[in-house]
Amino acid sequence: MKVSEIVEKLKLKVYSGQKGLDREISGGYVSDLLSDVMGNAREGEVWITLQVHQNVMAIASLKDLAAVILVNNLEPLENTVRHSNDENIPVLGTSLSTFEIAGKLYQLFNQ
Amino acid sequence: MEGVWGRLFILKLIFSIQGGDFTHAGHPSSEVKKVLKQLDIDGKTIKNIVIALYEAEVNVVAHAWRGTVDVEIDESKITILVSDEGPGIPDIEQAMQAGFSTASKQVREMGFGAGMGLPNMKKNTDELYIESEVGKGTTVKMVNNFS
Repeated sequence: MKVSEIVEKLKLKVYSGQKGLDREISGGYVSDLLSDVMGNAREGEVWITLQVHQNVMAIASLKDLAAVILVNNLEPLENTVRHSNDENIPVLGTSLSTFEIAGKLYQLFNQ
Repeated sequence: MEGVWGRLFILKLIFSIQGGDFTHAGHPSSEVKKVLKQLDIDGKTIKNIVIALYEAEVNVVAHAWRGTVDVEIDESKITILVSDEGPGIPDIEQAMQAGFSTASKQVREMGFGAGMGLPNMKKNTDELYIESEVGKGTTVKMVNNFS
């Protein structure tokens, strides 16, 4: 499944990193603790979080994540957007809570 | 025939880190990752090194005033020395415990400071040495062998 497919199916907003929309997704990871993501997320996963600062992109890039989904209508900070465009890792957004969007993504993955 | 010396190589990289500067945290890790990929080091080893170095960088940014990252790569291993001028660690054993943290409120709000840094470094390195002097600073040495 590609990032563009979850954007379409989960009606996600695309804030940045459009060039990375054809990245292949291997799964998802949910956490707001950066060291947890650093230690435990795996390559190709979509990271669901409420953190909006640019260190999120540093981690997404170091871990080769497929995309980041910001919950609760949160928007990325300016340098997060810049970093996302530089690395071609999309930052996506939803009005849903972490619980809801994680549930939908999980369902989509296990269809 | 190629002599012994012809096959040996040592590559050195040096970076500086500014305390409190979260905008550049991850830069040394990112550069080291690129170099290791070019050297065709296996993916799992690169992942381990990147996790450990990133955590070490964040520790300097979150706790110290300034620091340096010295990386030395030879054919069999990578050795990373992260030295900082900072408050030091009074009790290293305590600091190594998962969940123990002295991070500020702001640092915690960013999602750092959960007491996972040093345990992550331990888990992802073959050798980890920490020396610290309170009021002076901390030096962390990490070694990962290439398989």
